[in-house]
Amino acid sequence: MTTEHAHPTVKTFVAVWAALLVLTALTVFVATLNLGPFNAIVALTIATVKALLVLLFFMELRYSTALTKVAVISAVFFLMLLAGLTLSDYMTRGWSSYINPFR
Amino acid sequence: MWLFLVTEIMFFGGMFAAYLIYRLSYYNAWVAGSQTMEIKLGAINTAVLICSSLTMVMAVHSAKLGNRKLTSICLILTLVLGFAFLGVKAVEYHGHWVHHEVPGPNFHFEHEGNYDPRNVSIFFSLYFAMTGMHAFHMIIGAGLLTWLLIANARGRFSPEYNSPVEMVGLYWHFVDLIWIYLFPLLYLISHHHNG
Repeated sequence: MTTEHAHPTVKTFVAVWAALLVLTALTVFVATLNLGPFNAIVALTIATVKALLVLLFFMELRYSTALTKVAVISAVFFLMLLAGLTLSDYMTRGWSSYINPFR
Repeated sequence: MWLFLVTEIMFFGGMFAAYLIYRLSYYNAWVAGSQTMEIKLGAINTAVLICSSLTMVMAVHSAKLGNRKLTSICLILTLVLGFAFLGVKAVEYHGHWVHHEVPGPNFHFEHEGNYDPRNVSIFFSLYFAMTGMHAFHMIIGAGLLTWLLIANARGRFSPEYNSPVEMVGLYWHFVDLIWIYLFPLLYLISHHHNG
């Protein structure tokens, strides 16, 4: 929105694009291994790195004003609140078998 | 625009939360449902979307420089890649349809594993809700790109005025962002687990 800030170059965009493709290949490769619960952790970590690359460079959040950054961080915060409070409900409905409250 | 995207994050966030709870509750059914996904098609679509994000960012970049021709080329490329994504998605939906994986009276699911097929139906309901909503956003995005193309052809954008291109760019990247999470959650994380 502000034009006076430093802007990323085409080189940056291409580098981010290549990184995103490499990370996609990596996450598909990891999915072929059975890592138990770590499959989800690794896949979501890679997804978050990709999301950050898109946010910071493609969506130019890195070059945005503090207000925009706060807005985005607040979204993440409320998303955590949504998931966190929902889970703290479902997970505590039956303390004896808290992994599966429906069992 | 960012505020709109924040509301969109919460909109999709509700579905992600539902996904999370049902996955924890009906893990075996989730694994069984997830293993029917075509990882190859999902990966191709991920790559297609990433490429479309690059062309979109190039469209924004060239609009800011006032390069009308390059902006048009990049917008057309983005549009083509967007439709490629939707095409692959349609092929996948067709596969689910012929395999009776669409929730409803014709839902029929028989694969190895210790689960209740009704819970797999919940997985597919969420799958269609999430990917369907995502595809719907892509279709809106395609409409916005078409609008930008017409406006650009009429010379509406200049280095001084190019906010619409930038805003649609943000929207397009956001849709890419949602897919970045949908792909591992729906296709990848249960691929080698036992239901």
